[in-house]
Amino acid sequence: MQIKEKTRIGYYPGCAITMGSSSEEYGTSVLRVAEAIGPELEEIHDWNCCGASSAHATNHKLSTALSIRNISLAEQSGFKEILAPCPMCSQRLIISQKDVADDEELKKDVEDAIEMPCNGDVKILNYLELIKNYCMDEIAEKRKKTPKDLKIASYYGCLLLRPPKVLQFDDPENPTSMEEIVEATGAISVDWELKTNCCGGGFTLSRTDIVLKLTNDILECAVDAGADAIAVACPMCHANLDMRQKKIEKEYNRKFNIPIVYISELIGLALDLGPISLGLNKHFIDTESVVNAFA
Amino acid sequence: MGKKIGVFVCHCGTNISATVDVEKVAEETKKNNPGVSYTTTYKYMCSDPGQKLLRDKIKEEGLTGVVIAACSPKMHEHTFRNAAIKSGLNPYHVEISNIREQCSWVHPDKPVGTEKSTDLVRMMTEKVRKDKSLKPIKVHVTKRALIIGGGIAGIQAALDIADGGHEVIMVEREASIGGHMAQLSETFPTLDCSQCIMTPKMVEAAQHDNITMHTWSEIESITGYLGNFDVKIRKKARSVDLDLCTGCSSCWQVCPCKKIKSEFDMGLANRTAIYIPFPQAIPSKPVIDRENCILFKDARKKNIKPNDSKVCRKCIDACPIAPVKAIDYNQEDEIIDVKVGAIIVATGFRELEDGLYGEYGGGKYEDVITGMQFERLASASGPTDGKIKRPSDGKEPEIVVFIQCVGSRDPSKGCSYCSKTCCMYTAKHTMLYKHKVHHGHAFVFYIDIRCAGKGYEEFSQRAIEEEGATYLRGRVSRVYKKGDKLIVLGADTLTGSVVEIEADMVVLASAMKAQDDAEQFAQKLSIQYDKDKFFSEMHPKLKPVESSSAGIFLAGTCQGPKDIPETVAQAGAAASKVLALLSSDELEREPVVARVDRQLPPVFSTCIGCFYCQKVCPYSAIESEDIKARDGSVIKTVARVNEGLCQGCGLCAATCRSKSIELDGFNDEQIYAEINAVEFN
Repeated sequence: MQIKEKTRIGYYPGCAITMGSSSEEYGTSVLRVAEAIGPELEEIHDWNCCGASSAHATNHKLSTALSIRNISLAEQSGFKEILAPCPMCSQRLIISQKDVADDEELKKDVEDAIEMPCNGDVKILNYLELIKNYCMDEIAEKRKKTPKDLKIASYYGCLLLRPPKVLQFDDPENPTSMEEIVEATGAISVDWELKTNCCGGGFTLSRTDIVLKLTNDILECAVDAGADAIAVACPMCHANLDMRQKKIEKEYNRKFNIPIVYISELIGLALDLGPISLGLNKHFIDTESVVNAFA
Repeated sequence: MGKKIGVFVCHCGTNISATVDVEKVAEETKKNNPGVSYTTTYKYMCSDPGQKLLRDKIKEEGLTGVVIAACSPKMHEHTFRNAAIKSGLNPYHVEISNIREQCSWVHPDKPVGTEKSTDLVRMMTEKVRKDKSLKPIKVHVTKRALIIGGGIAGIQAALDIADGGHEVIMVEREASIGGHMAQLSETFPTLDCSQCIMTPKMVEAAQHDNITMHTWSEIESITGYLGNFDVKIRKKARSVDLDLCTGCSSCWQVCPCKKIKSEFDMGLANRTAIYIPFPQAIPSKPVIDRENCILFKDARKKNIKPNDSKVCRKCIDACPIAPVKAIDYNQEDEIIDVKVGAIIVATGFRELEDGLYGEYGGGKYEDVITGMQFERLASASGPTDGKIKRPSDGKEPEIVVFIQCVGSRDPSKGCSYCSKTCCMYTAKHTMLYKHKVHHGHAFVFYIDIRCAGKGYEEFSQRAIEEEGATYLRGRVSRVYKKGDKLIVLGADTLTGSVVEIEADMVVLASAMKAQDDAEQFAQKLSIQYDKDKFFSEMHPKLKPVESSSAGIFLAGTCQGPKDIPETVAQAGAAASKVLALLSSDELEREPVVARVDRQLPPVFSTCIGCFYCQKVCPYSAIESEDIKARDGSVIKTVARVNEGLCQGCGLCAATCRSKSIELDGFNDEQIYAEINAVEFN
């Protein structure tokens, strides 16, 4: 008999989904699902900010050093792969890794700054990649609940796929990996148009008007395509679609009331891990209809 | 006896003399190279007085070898060798030392350039010492041309050659000649109807005494060489006898398979399984689409001969020809052999595939159509009789968005080049649309407007200024469906704003791409192709219609994107090259060919018959030869070079393990003499 070797994967939560932060339900549900069906996630000791937004917009070297420090820590703990569920984090880690691989001088400066070597042989996974690579069979095996007629629009946003040359994950214009996972949970995947459109991201604070327009288009398109809920894998998308939904409704005078769920929460519901423990009570838009579909 | 060598150093205006001290090169060469009896410099060696200087000095000084230190041999080797012939010197004693492209142009430092030039000239004088007289190879010419492709390029070339009095064989893989041009509605910049100018040419070609046409046929193989090509043509089974059939239409009217997408109408209309591609097709006789015909499907399933299937025999029953019907289900492919002296490749292009742009719907929205589809919509002979109706519901679109550069200039989709025709045809599309839908509004997203042609700029300006098309400079990021509208999201980079248009129809100016099988086809013909699989011309400026193989010429879009006038011009040029080639009974070829050595018995040849040379030869010029004893028994099998095919690339000589192959004009002795001249000085 072949004994399956236990896969250890370095877990990099990042600021947005770690315990006590604004999107902790994403982190919680990712960990709960991993406990249930693997692979073993081990938090990278002493991790720091990935350098997204402010650092990478102002100082390339600083932002690269911030990301590379996390990768180096993972390398020192012997991880071959890192899971960064937040796409801002996974994108920053991957781009920084490529930047130092392409630029000897930068690599040297960064290594001097963090006082650690960086080999560059750790693979950084986003959450969809992790599920696709490790969990599809497990979900099929251990699924306890099948939702009744639950139609899900899979929303990727931009950071999971772009820039495609560097990230090299799925088809940047018409990705399908999230749909495959949605269908594995027993939900029905709806075909819709705006799954890779931008939600406005960080402009939510500085240019709320743009974000409201973009998110309104997305919500409208998903609802018109017949979706009961939208699945996401990004805290920023979640915030803009969930937290801002009431404001969007007011601004554009249309009621959506459509739950925005993390893909990890959907998997958790299918595995019957309990809505509270998955953090489904921490959304702005009530997720009851989704939870009830799995009843 | 040593040679008397003359060295002529060219200033090339200031191209060489600015960074090479030409006087010093001449001086040093004369001083340090015994055997160099005469040196001089001249402002333009290639000019008439320059050539005269060469001719005179050969005679006056009794030169038996000449080195011209000037530009690349690709430029003027031919010129100087011809000048030498006039003075009675065998041209293969004239060598070019290239001190321009790889010396003066790349070394701004004059002393460095001068020293390198002196070295290069010395190398060539050493080679000239070893040069032997070579005689041009004479090849017989078959006075017949093959044209591959029956679009406008092929038809034009065929007519030009046929009018010149030579036989032409035309091969077209579709059921009718005409190509893409027959599908177009109106043509820019004059807006004359494509069919009106194309169909008379098709008829002329079909009725020309000197043209033999093979439609529904493909090239099986091409062997041989310049002047003597052996061509095998596969005449695919048409299932219809072209001699018996009168094209009366009885068969396709009764065909029950009516839901097959018409290739000619770009999928916007349906055709039957026995069909003619379009009403003006030539020959105007049908073909059976064996993939889709229910009789053939049934025969394949039951593994019986098609004629034994009883599923449907409507077309043969309807055929009025008696006693033998014009339809023959059991017809098989036929291979015919022809000999030709020259070949013109005019295989055309294909439009970029629909599904490549996920952001524009990836081919799933019916109302996002390609440029060619719009041509069919606007064509009077098209599926809508020329009325602009959108494919999904037949409604007249009130807002149409045209997106330029779909595929073109987009390296991320694999086409980094400009397709050249789209700016013009989009301008034309907006006009055709506005002429037919007066109240409609046309928007065009563009990167740049490239309309460089006679009357082209005025044409595109007319679309903007007189016909009222709105041109927006920017890319479209996404097209998606909302209700029965298509939402087009784009940027207007001139005002720096985001644009959102609710359109009824979107037209993509799709890139022109090389044919799917261009790569395999080029390999079949041993011609070179570029990174985009377009066939390469011999020289981008000076030999634009010659392919890399002698006797094979290129015309039209198989060589790169072009519009109709350019295609016709290139076809005419290729035809004139062919006519020149066919004008004499014998051709003279450069004698720079490889040779397998022959020795006296008992060795016969040092060739060991490994045939590595055959594997590396890009021109299929290596044959095998049996050396036989008097009684006919084979003593040894060795390689032999076919002089007609050999292009003198030298790969075989470099590969040969027993050093049995030498390249005339570049043999080991000559090359080593050149190398030694650098090493030991």
